[in-house]
Amino acid sequence: MSEPSSTDTSLDTPPSEEGLLESLEHMDAAERAEHDAAVSASVAPERDFSVAKGETLLAVDGLTVRFGGLTALDDVSFDVRRGEILGLIGPNGAGKTTCFNIMTGVYRPTSGDILLEGRSLARMKRYKIIQTGVARTFQNIRLFGAMTALENVVVGTDARHRTSVPGALLRLPRHRREEREAVEKAMALLEFVGIADRAADKATALPYGYQRRLEIARALATEPKLLCLDEPAAGFSASEKDALSELILKIRDDGYTVVIVEHDMRVVLGVTDRLVVLDFGRKIADGIPDEVRRDPAVVAAYLGGDLDEESAP
Amino acid sequence: MRERMAGVSHWWNAKSRPAQWGYMVPVVLFLLALPVLNPPIITTEPYTDFPISLFNAAVFALIAIGLNVVIGQAGLLDLGYVGFFAIGAYTAALLSSPDSELGVRYPWLVIVPIAMVVTMVSGVILGTPTLRLRGDYLAIVTLGFGEIVRLLADNVDPLRGNRGFQNIARPGGDFPDGTPIFSQTDALGFYWLAVMIIVIVLLFMGNLERSRVGRAWIAVREDEDAAELSGVPTYRFKIWAFAIGAAVGGLSGTLFAAQVGYVNNQRFDITTSTLYLAAVVLGGQGNKVGVILGAFLVSYIPDRFQFEPTYRFLIFGVALIVLMIFRPQGLLGMRQHLLANGRQAYQKLFGAGAAVAPSGLTPSSKARGDLPETVPDDHAGTSPRGGGE
Repeated sequence: MSEPSSTDTSLDTPPSEEGLLESLEHMDAAERAEHDAAVSASVAPERDFSVAKGETLLAVDGLTVRFGGLTALDDVSFDVRRGEILGLIGPNGAGKTTCFNIMTGVYRPTSGDILLEGRSLARMKRYKIIQTGVARTFQNIRLFGAMTALENVVVGTDARHRTSVPGALLRLPRHRREEREAVEKAMALLEFVGIADRAADKATALPYGYQRRLEIARALATEPKLLCLDEPAAGFSASEKDALSELILKIRDDGYTVVIVEHDMRVVLGVTDRLVVLDFGRKIADGIPDEVRRDPAVVAAYLGGDLDEESAP
Repeated sequence: MRERMAGVSHWWNAKSRPAQWGYMVPVVLFLLALPVLNPPIITTEPYTDFPISLFNAAVFALIAIGLNVVIGQAGLLDLGYVGFFAIGAYTAALLSSPDSELGVRYPWLVIVPIAMVVTMVSGVILGTPTLRLRGDYLAIVTLGFGEIVRLLADNVDPLRGNRGFQNIARPGGDFPDGTPIFSQTDALGFYWLAVMIIVIVLLFMGNLERSRVGRAWIAVREDEDAAELSGVPTYRFKIWAFAIGAAVGGLSGTLFAAQVGYVNNQRFDITTSTLYLAAVVLGGQGNKVGVILGAFLVSYIPDRFQFEPTYRFLIFGVALIVLMIFRPQGLLGMRQHLLANGRQAYQKLFGAGAAVAPSGLTPSSKARGDLPETVPDDHAGTSPRGGGE
């Protein structure tokens, strides 16, 4: 695992580029200064960037999405390889979350396809997509507030269960076995993400960081082949971000494949094996992080975004 | 008040399930004895026969339990629930009344499963197209469904409109002195039957709640999109909620029809649906015991104040308003245990002491000791109270 506190990063990269890359975030000056310092302190240079892992798990193929006259995604293609952490980045409105929503069935593509191990997800029912192996978390946390943390995770495990009303009504053996196993597995997952001490608390009573982790646990409970994290570090402090990066790496090392949408460049560069960069619905770069952040198209995209943001009132 | 309620709730939750059922036995026995005791002040006599009043309250409670599945658990606003009650009652009438054109006279025990299947199917038929809708749209469609059932009863000839059906089948059996247990004039036997049915239905509902099904319902209620994106087949479980709610509604319809012995088109209007809804909301959506209390109040208060015919609905209305002001979440707050063996799981988690004593579900004391940000509420796991090890 990478050492998050290495200090020589700023020497490798021109400071201007650092500034450009994380200008995505809407920050005030003080936050930005603090953030700059944190980024240059901890972007991990000694990760093995050139590693190319496994075969294709998910293939995004010529994906186009139009909402009326607006083209949110325009002929986007990329692969997610088994066992990697892929970062999906780009300025606001670039189509990252749209891409996520297509992958999990929230929207349907206008054209193009998404294949998980060769099976098309484009027309599949949402809960079937989960069962096929794509799980996600949400940009704005969406837990089941009236349930305990443990119950939230057990709902995730239910994605793999087959008991329905008759089995539950009569407490048939399969139901009892599934219940027993689900609770054990859910407890293990809560421990894995580090919030087992609050397992019996209602989701709404948990602190913010716990809620984010609980969402990850619930998603992992569905036994996904691919875990999609939508801005998991939003609202986190620097130390919480480090802990989250650690967790994401741990998840990857446990054999999951992860796609992450994240604005925080420190997290993105700290954990991703590969980056796909979107801008105005088009893919403008695809490669290992070190290459991507030197890519002229990427720099231009972020520079444009930066200027726009600063010229806006 | 709230503190004390939380205390009671915690004490209750700390009991093992057999212990809880043990406590329930005397309560049920008391309820069974209530019409015989006929206690002063509580009784509705001489204006309304007390056993009949209690029987009506019990039927109301059964309806509320069924409606609670749909509204309280799955969060689907159903304003046409009286339709299922009507279908159950009419099924009983058609299958047993001499006025029926079907010309059959099935015994009551045969009618009950048939009526439940018929209402269940009608629930699925109503749910299949409408459960793709959400919120207000669903409420409007179900309202329409209730009206359609009523208008069918009014206008379809074989359903006999206002004339109705006489002599609907009753369960058999005699008391030792030769009088029938189940009769139109003495509702005692029917009341006992209704209470026993409620206990059985509650057992099955508890099984459903502590399973994938109950969790799916609560997940749909809490956040339908997130539920679907966590792998819950939401549509299928919403239809199940409708079907199960409908079946319980149909069961109460047959029970009602059997006691009254007569069904016509007069009792199935929107007002009745609204009262069902009021019972669920008053008692506490998502709390089985709460909705029973709510149903009892909604049915009992008008009977109790019948000596004041001019003002009894005013009293009723004021009582409802006062209740909603002081207990906006209902008499008993929402409460659910969604894991078949959650008790053991929490015990294992929160220390050996709790695990040794089967009655000691006390995650709160141990988990909470060093964690300041607690949100007090009625849930077992979050009550900031120790004890019971």
